[in-house]
Amino acid sequence: MTARFAIRAAFAAFALGVLAFAPVTRAADSIDPAADKAAFQKFFTTKFPKLKLEDFVNGPYSMNEDLHKQWEEKEQFPPYEFSLEAGKEMFSTPFKNGKTYADCFPNKGIGIRQNYPYFDEKEGKVVTLELALNRCREANGEAPLSYVKDDMAALTAYMAFTSRGKPMDIKIPNDPRALQAYQKGKEYFYTRRGQLNFSCATCHIQSPGERIRAEVLAPALGILNAMPIYRSEWSGMGTTSRRFTTCNSQIRGVPLDPQDDEYRNLEYYLSYVSNGLPISGPGARP
Amino acid sequence: MIATFSKPAFVLALLAGIAMAMPAQAQSAAEGQKLAFDRGKGNCLTCHVIKGGDLPGTIGPELTGLKAKYSRDELIAIVTDETRRNPQTVMPPFGRNRILSEKEINAVVDFLQTL
Repeated sequence: MTARFAIRAAFAAFALGVLAFAPVTRAADSIDPAADKAAFQKFFTTKFPKLKLEDFVNGPYSMNEDLHKQWEEKEQFPPYEFSLEAGKEMFSTPFKNGKTYADCFPNKGIGIRQNYPYFDEKEGKVVTLELALNRCREANGEAPLSYVKDDMAALTAYMAFTSRGKPMDIKIPNDPRALQAYQKGKEYFYTRRGQLNFSCATCHIQSPGERIRAEVLAPALGILNAMPIYRSEWSGMGTTSRRFTTCNSQIRGVPLDPQDDEYRNLEYYLSYVSNGLPISGPGARP
Repeated sequence: MIATFSKPAFVLALLAGIAMAMPAQAQSAAEGQKLAFDRGKGNCLTCHVIKGGDLPGTIGPELTGLKAKYSRDELIAIVTDETRRNPQTVMPPFGRNRILSEKEINAVVDFLQTL
């Protein structure tokens, strides 16, 4: 009798325990960017124990010694230099109304790359650096630039260059819409799409350092810190917008329009989980 | 008689002769190899080391000794949709997403069985 009672009591206690834990389980499913970031960075430092956190911003060039040597040689005569020079000149040339890009940005646009993208609480959306540059142009009566072409790459190259070494510092304000934007970006990152059925994570989480034919896949960690990039494969410069749209085409998916809300959210997520890693752009890639 | 043969017709007749001389299986395997190395089609070489292919990728395992490891049906299933066996796989579902036709998958598997 007492034995049966003890068993029942134990069952009841167990059931209560399960109930007591239930809210905790649900809490683990809630949106927790800080925990995501820690897990994301730990995944890469565990997978590549020889690399320091800041090394990851060199993409495929960080993945082994041979490639790292190639990168050092490339940095002697960086292929993005023309673009950087052009960007510097564009940035300091006044618009027709006499104002400049510097008038649109905090600290006159110098050394601020690490704060983009940010969540604009007035608009309720993510604002990227490329978007802010075009909004600056339009506010001053200039036509917007193509997000995927040379001029936008040149401007962001210059702004990244003045921010080199500064740790990525993306903020998620205490606003449910900001958390939602972050979460949507995360979902985009991990969702498979296209005829080839790849997510961003398929290549850049599951397979960094591996080769597809002769090309080495870059780690997702720090991947945007190097933007914009000169890619030998493109024989030219590319913005973050160009990288996202061409990735989607390569997996035989339909790319979104540059600066579509989903790409803005993706950039927000991917930049946030690289917080603390230095800005290294403009970068060079094979 | 021979003098009335046009040159293209003669070449065609010659090619037909060669094709007939090759067993159907070997012909299909040769076709499969072409698909496996073609960037727009099977593109197996992008991720797998395959004998006879230059600059292979490293994501998947080397494709060798497959006849001993898998039955023909298993190979067809893997190429058609490996996510059914392993949801985490990187491998594209060539059949499910119509990257390759049934006939093309058969040819690729004929080739895989020669490795």
